[in-house]
Amino acid sequence: MANAEDSKLRKRAMAVLDWVDFRVKFRESILPSIVHPIPKNTASWFYVFGSATLVCLILQVVTGICLALVYVPSAGDAWQSLQYLNYEQPLGWFLRAMHYWGSNFMVALMTIHLVQVFLFGAFKYPRELTWLVGCVLFILTLGMAFTGQVMRFDQDAYWGLGIGASMAARFPLIGQQVVQLMLGGPIIAGETLSRFFALHVFVIPGSLLALVGLHLLLVIKVGINEWPMPGRLVTRERYIEEYHELVERDGEPFVPQGVTRDVVFAGIVMLVIVACAAYFGPKGPSGIPDPTLIETNPRPDFYFLPLFSAFALLPPYMETALILTAPVLLIAAAFLLPFYSNVGEKSWKRRPGAWVLVIMVFLFLGVLGWLGTYSPWSPDMNAWSGAPVPEHLVKASTPLELQGALVVQAKQCRNCHSIGGEGGLRGPALDDVATRLTPDQLIRQVLQGGGNMPAYGKNLSPAEVTAMVAFLSKLHPEGELPARDSSVPAPPAKAADAGRTGPGAG
Amino acid sequence: MSDESQASSRRNFLMRMGIALNVVAAALIAVPVLGYVAAAMRKRSYQAWVKLGDMSQFPAGQTRLATYQNPFTVPWDGKTSNVACWVRNTGANKMQVFAVNCAHLGCPVRWFPESKLFMCPCHGGVYYEDGSRASGPPPRGLFEYEYEVRGDELWVRGGQMPTLANPV
Repeated sequence: MANAEDSKLRKRAMAVLDWVDFRVKFRESILPSIVHPIPKNTASWFYVFGSATLVCLILQVVTGICLALVYVPSAGDAWQSLQYLNYEQPLGWFLRAMHYWGSNFMVALMTIHLVQVFLFGAFKYPRELTWLVGCVLFILTLGMAFTGQVMRFDQDAYWGLGIGASMAARFPLIGQQVVQLMLGGPIIAGETLSRFFALHVFVIPGSLLALVGLHLLLVIKVGINEWPMPGRLVTRERYIEEYHELVERDGEPFVPQGVTRDVVFAGIVMLVIVACAAYFGPKGPSGIPDPTLIETNPRPDFYFLPLFSAFALLPPYMETALILTAPVLLIAAAFLLPFYSNVGEKSWKRRPGAWVLVIMVFLFLGVLGWLGTYSPWSPDMNAWSGAPVPEHLVKASTPLELQGALVVQAKQCRNCHSIGGEGGLRGPALDDVATRLTPDQLIRQVLQGGGNMPAYGKNLSPAEVTAMVAFLSKLHPEGELPARDSSVPAPPAKAADAGRTGPGAG
Repeated sequence: MSDESQASSRRNFLMRMGIALNVVAAALIAVPVLGYVAAAMRKRSYQAWVKLGDMSQFPAGQTRLATYQNPFTVPWDGKTSNVACWVRNTGANKMQVFAVNCAHLGCPVRWFPESKLFMCPCHGGVYYEDGSRASGPPPRGLFEYEYEVRGDELWVRGGQMPTLANPV
């Protein structure tokens, strides 16, 4: 009795489905793509990162729409609306956190996906276009990350825009026009945020979704890259044939067998994002974006830290040229890769050059990013007022040396130089400066500057210089002699050992 | 001429006319759209004299932060329409008004009165009290505003973010 009713219900459901499918022709058009056979050897955890990136994108669309319900894209109100989202809108903090962590995971997973397809030779014939579209997707996603940082309209966002505008200004001849086009006016203000909002929610996501569609279509039409076997070379004459043979001989349908691991990994990724969002919460906003509050320390989100560091470390003479040409050259290199290396070996086991490139790039980005987290090139703005000269360095000092220690403190030397482990890292630590410079050299260095050090000749009285050098020239580790002028005969060994005050003290 | 070829040439003509109409329409739409988006690009100079403050705010021999409201604003700018600058009274009846923006990449420099240096928190640019470059990546000294002393008031010519392409 129950069975009969069941089959009756099922029949009716099938009739409805048939009615719909008679009109949309789903079984003819899309179904074949869903169940199309793929090589069995792609059933691997290495093949899950592309779909995981897509999952992040969908998550970003959903949380982004939610945020847009409350967020106000106006320079005057954006910061307040972020505070409202954080503290008043129920679960606003969670949605902001999901969007922030979703973006971090999207950038990270996309990067892993890029490295994987590069090492697996997936960019080679006939998947050149898939790679090209993927490169554009990578750039667009970074564009989303930068414009998203601007949406978090705080001091970091404000001065980040300033950095962007200052870079744009380096275009020859049309620099000012590019700046005004970017800012939507003469300064970073109301129209700037509206402009970046339009980019972040309409222009870039629209292009992103369209190109993701193309990317997926290409994956389905050309077929997913088979697991590369060392020694099985790609040739333009035979590859398509060989691929079809492989799929027929040793294939399985994309759904459900092919996507098993993707489904599992997608679930894990979403759970991790939810966990990060719930545990760490949203980022910022930091200080209110008022350009008259200049006590600020602008830093970008982590994926742009390597770039931030590069700007501090590049020699000034090549900076403008690199800012203008490096992005073009990098993008051109990425675009040309599948045409330069179009056929041949795909396996990472026989492409050591690919490994060298990946390791070099990550070392480069890793070191720059790590430096960016503590930016040793930047003066420590508050060191001089916060950290006194350590007591053991001024014990048993003459009044002149004590006076010198005061000068070091008060003239803000420690913004750039550390003593006793506290202070800036811009210049060398002063704890053992006497082993490197003689008193005469110290005087010269302080008065005239040199290297990266400004000249202090106009800022210090002769008395202050004398006192400071007296203090500095006794800063050498126990048992290590201070530097001395080699043109002057060495003092008797005993005197030098005992000479804690140093020769410049008189 | 047969009926069929007459019909096909009519269709060809219609198609060509349709394409021509679309081209004209696309141009009529694209020109205003581009003009609208690039409106900010077309104006070459945003500059106007603004009052920075009374001269009594800037004692001789000192460097102080001053702010003004950008003369070109929209009502929803909020606090972003405010602009800060450093005013140095050299004491010799001469003033210097520096933009806060570092000449390197635009971060706000801070004044340290004891070491008499401007320091940038981003990439380590440092400037002397007269705005000239002391160390770090900046390719030049601080951007300096044109100023005028009008009676008891200090006025500057401001209005746009100073960059290498447009140093105030």
